[in-house]
Amino acid sequence: MEALRRPSTITFFVLLAIAAVMPMVLGQAKFPQWLEVALGGLLTGVLYSLVALGLVLIFKASGVFNFAQGAMVLFAALTLVRLAEKMPLALAIVLTLAVMIALAWLIERLVLRPLVNQEGIVLFMATLGVAYFLDGFGQAVWGSDIYTLHVGMPKEPKIILEGFFDGGVLVDMEDLVAAIIAAVLVAALTLFFQKTGTGRALRAVADDHQAAQSIGIPLNRIWVIVWSVAGLVALVAGIVWGSKLGVQFSLSQVALKALPVVILGGFTSIPGAIVGGLIIGLGEKLSEVYLGPFFGGGIEAWFAYVLALVFLLFRPEGLFGEKIIDRV
Amino acid sequence: MIYRETGQFKTTYASDQQLFPILQDRVFVIGALAFAFVAVPFIASDYMFRAILTPFLILSLAALGLNILVGYCGQVSLGTGGFMAVGAYAAYNFAVRIPQLDLLVIFILAGLCAAAVGVVFGIPSLRIKGFYLAVATLAAQFFIDWAFARIKWFTNDIPSGSVSAPPLEILGYGIEGPQRKYLLVLAIVSLAALVARNLTRGAIGRSWMATRDMDVAAEVIGIRPLTAKLSAFAVSSFFVGISGALWAFVYLGSWEPLAFDVNRSFQLLFMVIIGGLGSILGSFLGAAFIVILPLVLNQLPAMLGIPLSTAMVSDIEFMVFGALIVFFLIVEPRGLARLWAIGKEKLRLWPFPH
Repeated sequence: MEALRRPSTITFFVLLAIAAVMPMVLGQAKFPQWLEVALGGLLTGVLYSLVALGLVLIFKASGVFNFAQGAMVLFAALTLVRLAEKMPLALAIVLTLAVMIALAWLIERLVLRPLVNQEGIVLFMATLGVAYFLDGFGQAVWGSDIYTLHVGMPKEPKIILEGFFDGGVLVDMEDLVAAIIAAVLVAALTLFFQKTGTGRALRAVADDHQAAQSIGIPLNRIWVIVWSVAGLVALVAGIVWGSKLGVQFSLSQVALKALPVVILGGFTSIPGAIVGGLIIGLGEKLSEVYLGPFFGGGIEAWFAYVLALVFLLFRPEGLFGEKIIDRV
Repeated sequence: MIYRETGQFKTTYASDQQLFPILQDRVFVIGALAFAFVAVPFIASDYMFRAILTPFLILSLAALGLNILVGYCGQVSLGTGGFMAVGAYAAYNFAVRIPQLDLLVIFILAGLCAAAVGVVFGIPSLRIKGFYLAVATLAAQFFIDWAFARIKWFTNDIPSGSVSAPPLEILGYGIEGPQRKYLLVLAIVSLAALVARNLTRGAIGRSWMATRDMDVAAEVIGIRPLTAKLSAFAVSSFFVGISGALWAFVYLGSWEPLAFDVNRSFQLLFMVIIGGLGSILGSFLGAAFIVILPLVLNQLPAMLGIPLSTAMVSDIEFMVFGALIVFFLIVEPRGLARLWAIGKEKLRLWPFPH
């Protein structure tokens, strides 16, 4: 990727590495503790990237910034957890998937089709409306308590590398499994996009709507497919987050964090969503633990956004995104 | 037939450029203002003042500020809650640290502080547009939230984190009771609306609208993007800051940073979208809609005889908000203000068909 060779990318990663190891250089932290914090941050970052993945998919194919991705994550998790109370988990997952596909079809029909050709900001505000609607609808139908989701994720943290370091390094097994799930999902999506006909059609639509239409690719059906795939990604994210935090309303707020992730990684890049998530997760945890005490704590609330803001000033297309060309 | 401007000839430039050139408009607006100032304080109940009129007026001032930024200048901002917080806490700090200042002076200073903060957080707008700017303003929102929650100096080192406004007083005249608070807010908001209307009619307003429509073309014909965008942020944040100070001092009395969180920003954005982007009247219509809607939704199940829990009512509120946003964007992207303008057009012909 040529993006990796650009001087600003290299500078950024070098600065990031320096900033990350600074606490150890300054003697504030020993390597095992730092490793714990860093690993925890990286694994949280994976969870962010799961949500960001859905955002990137939709933006790539339909040019819409889907503010409702967080609400979709919550809705998928709520549907799954409530259905799983009444039927075996596997069946519940299949049914939830069907519900997400139906949701995708409805959104395409009722929101995207009437607003076709409007400018990005109008579509963004429309997805904002969809987000509010989904929030209310999910809670009205399924209830607003906190539900625990049991999908068989390991709950106890494990201590690794005991031989190397005194006391070993604490790793949350659940986060590790989540990271593996995310990796499998990304691999599956990459295969889907590169090897199947539908994947090629999706890439064609992402490149140029009109050209894709002129060679006979049905735009509306493609959008339904993309939003369904995003729904699937939202379901996976919902399972992972819900299993970790419990399925509750704040889940959709967690997804607000996906915005800086997508800005960092680039709006149109799947590896960018992963890398962006990892950077945000790592940066958040490290800054909270090592910079937090100077500021009175609570930096996690705004670190991601301020980092995204700085990125927007110097590299608005993100690390791996395409350069934004404004045609007048 | 009643609404025709036949017979109204303008003989001076001044009369042609006045705010309401049509006589019927002037009569209606002056009548409405007179009713609001003179009649309402006597006929409205305390509940109407406290729950409907005062919050409606204060939020419409905030929506006015946001409309200047989003509707007239085209800069999407999700940080309005944060700017309201700046106004509120600035007013609190002035009131507590310099008690000799009069309340109106405090409000103006609070507005200026909010304007300064708005300009600082508006600087990214010089490089980024559209929803990228929305994310940048989200950064402003969360940072300001955190600053007022953690930096003890802003809250005068109060341990509970929740601050109270001192008793309101203008030139020795106490402002207690819902009627006086309503009149104070009404006076400030009417004045602000007049100022905003004149700003948007003038050169600066035209530069905002030019930047919104086609910023490159605007730059080409000589409108400096820096002055246009940053002035929009400054003026918008000034109004939003004053509304934040009003919200805190007059409506809430005592508050904490949560009163100005990201949900407030979304609520204001909804008001502006539903009311109509780029319209002063639209800010008021949108604010009225958003203030009244939850009250209607609360009463409706009881009136229809369907028992619903409060949680369900609040969920339905969310659903209705979301659905209405999408509905308005599809059907009438220019909002309630456009519907009002269409109504006036029809009124020109009424009762004739054409």
